[in-house]
Amino acid sequence: MDVLFLSRLQFAAATLFHFIFVPLTLGISVLIAIMETVYVRTGDEEYRRMAKFWGKLFLINFAIGVVTGITLEFQFGTNWSRYSTYVGDVFGALLAIEATVTFFLESTFIAVWALGWKKLSPKAHAVAIWLVALASNMSAYWILTANSWMQHPVGYTIRNGRAEVTDFLAVISQGFALMTFVHTVSGAYAAAGFFVLGISAWHLLRGQNVAFFTKSFRLAATFAAAAALVVVGLGHLSGSEVAATQPTKLAAMESHWETGANVPMYLIQWPDPSGERNAVEALPIPGLLSLLAFHDTAATVKGLKEFPASERPPIFPSWLSFKIMVGAGSLLLLVALGAWLVRGNPAGRPGFLRLMVWALPLPWIAIETGWILAEVGRQPWIVYGVMKTSAAVSRLATVQVATSLVAFVAVYGILGFIAISLMARFARRGPVAD
Amino acid sequence: MLETIWFILWGVLWAVYFMLDGFDLGLGSLMPFLAKDETDRRVIYSAMGPFWNGNEVWLLTAGGATFAAFPDAYAAMFSAMYTPLMLLLFAIIIRGIAFEYRGKVDGAGWRARWDGLFTVASALPMLLFGVAFANIFAGVPIDREGVFQGNLLTYLNPYGLLGGALFVLLFLVHGALWGAWRTEGGLHERAASLAAKLWPALLVIAVAFLGASWFATPLYANYLAMPVLWVLPVLAVVGLVGTRVAMARGSWGGAWGFSALTIVGATFFGVAGLFPNIFPSSLDPAFSKTAFNAASTGATLGVMLAVALVMVPIVIGYQFWVYRLFSGKITRESPAYE
Repeated sequence: MDVLFLSRLQFAAATLFHFIFVPLTLGISVLIAIMETVYVRTGDEEYRRMAKFWGKLFLINFAIGVVTGITLEFQFGTNWSRYSTYVGDVFGALLAIEATVTFFLESTFIAVWALGWKKLSPKAHAVAIWLVALASNMSAYWILTANSWMQHPVGYTIRNGRAEVTDFLAVISQGFALMTFVHTVSGAYAAAGFFVLGISAWHLLRGQNVAFFTKSFRLAATFAAAAALVVVGLGHLSGSEVAATQPTKLAAMESHWETGANVPMYLIQWPDPSGERNAVEALPIPGLLSLLAFHDTAATVKGLKEFPASERPPIFPSWLSFKIMVGAGSLLLLVALGAWLVRGNPAGRPGFLRLMVWALPLPWIAIETGWILAEVGRQPWIVYGVMKTSAAVSRLATVQVATSLVAFVAVYGILGFIAISLMARFARRGPVAD
Repeated sequence: MLETIWFILWGVLWAVYFMLDGFDLGLGSLMPFLAKDETDRRVIYSAMGPFWNGNEVWLLTAGGATFAAFPDAYAAMFSAMYTPLMLLLFAIIIRGIAFEYRGKVDGAGWRARWDGLFTVASALPMLLFGVAFANIFAGVPIDREGVFQGNLLTYLNPYGLLGGALFVLLFLVHGALWGAWRTEGGLHERAASLAAKLWPALLVIAVAFLGASWFATPLYANYLAMPVLWVLPVLAVVGLVGTRVAMARGSWGGAWGFSALTIVGATFFGVAGLFPNIFPSSLDPAFSKTAFNAASTGATLGVMLAVALVMVPIVIGYQFWVYRLFSGKITRESPAYE
């Protein structure tokens, strides 16, 4: 156990934990904003109660999402100081802009929204939640731009022993970042949609607050179905983007060893990284990998053997997380379209409602495995092709990082349990009269 | 030139952070001494509820600006202060969660546990910031490559601890004054009397810190070279005296304002003395991280300056609006916070 490994584990734990809560924040803030807007425009009290009920769950989730985000900003300096020195000129600026432009807006107006029900007119109150939704989504744009720069660095040159900005506009407008943003945010919207759908389904199955949860279900079904279509479509485009920019990641996620043309995709496959081959390969679909990667069944796809072993990502986690992500993503698209079809009278479809309750975690499975694929698949690089992760880590005493890692896991574990129990408690209670 | 502007902005971000989060950290730490019952506690939470989260973002921005403008200093500082920063992070995490969750379950034991954690998590950052900044003023053992050559005990030297005591007292007075300003009845009385009792201790520690800085740090060199800078410590002293005068006249908002001036003046006393260092090395001045050798390129500093010049006034504008929206005394009948 060295500092590098412990620091990676700590960052992975912090990111994956943070990203249990952030997707819900991104999506449900928009849903609540829509509910409040409907209330302001129609005067329908039920929509105000909806905003309050879902808002309570949102606040429990928001608190833990925000505080775990702070940790990530600090960890670049504490655990990845040589990275920070090397790329601060590009990467630091993106984080600082995120804080200045979006965190202030989000943190200030979430309080206005949570405590201002009696202080503000309904219209002004609805504006507050729109500002929160806008800020958290803009925040996602800046942080994903920063991450995309690590995946696909542009607009810089290596000078004075570090990466220096040459074209800031190129950094913030590159296609990889835009695609990652839409893919991630639509995944987050699907998660928020499934959250509302799952809880609504649970209440509808019990015949509680039927009008209230039917309205919630209807809104969330449309939202989730649209998001699911976008996330799956963009997922496919991201695959070709990866093929073009990160050939080692593409080869790892498909466990594709030999460079060749007209490469098939195997329905059944089991990698054997130590033997540099696949232990099992069956049911090929001819040309599909070439087609997905380069939109051409005849295209040549580089295999892992093309690259020295020291520049290949860990094969098994990349391959497995990709398969799980695609599986969960495809299922969630089917379920979301199903929800959209039954949205007229969901209470009349108890079978589907039961399925919907169980389907609630699907987006989270896809999101977390998606992050694992994005980050593990980039290894051994911290900035693809520019800086190795091993060169980026701080020179710390092992005991420091080991202690903080144990503390993170313990504190996050307890807080995560409390947060999710609280959400479950308020979700079960349903809307209360005010 | 851009480096100097960013150094000043860096000081401004820290000063505003200490001025704003200082009162909610201080008031949070004083909770067990001020609150007699659950209603009192809810009033105290309500006095901070609409503001604390927005206040804390100034810390994130100060950290982010250090990263963006002086990445080399950010890297050296954050890794050298690894353990104190981790403690700070855990305090901030638990504090934020306590704010949101303590009222979510109706049980005395549940609330008491969160209140206990909240008090500790409010007090710890004050001490950590004070110890950290005093050590930065005095210099930290970092080598040529910015790698820390000490351990946690390195920071717990007498001057560092004096800095810790100074920050704790500054923020406790600041928090007590906010409490006195925003509450009424018994709570107001207790906060006012606590502020009056803490003020002489703050005065003693502040004088001791200014004196000790002469011996423990090179801060005064800049003042001797550029006498106009003396206006900064003088502002801190004016703030400190003004606080006492306003308290005596029962003007609690005014006293809080003077206390804010003290904090801003004290922060700038240190920052101006530090220039051009951001993270000085005690091993060899040549190893120090300065506003010049640790800075980003002119391109990045320029973009960041443009963002700051547009966004910071907007942020100040809407935060000011929020302070006005939630102004006025919080009564026992209607504490808004759950």
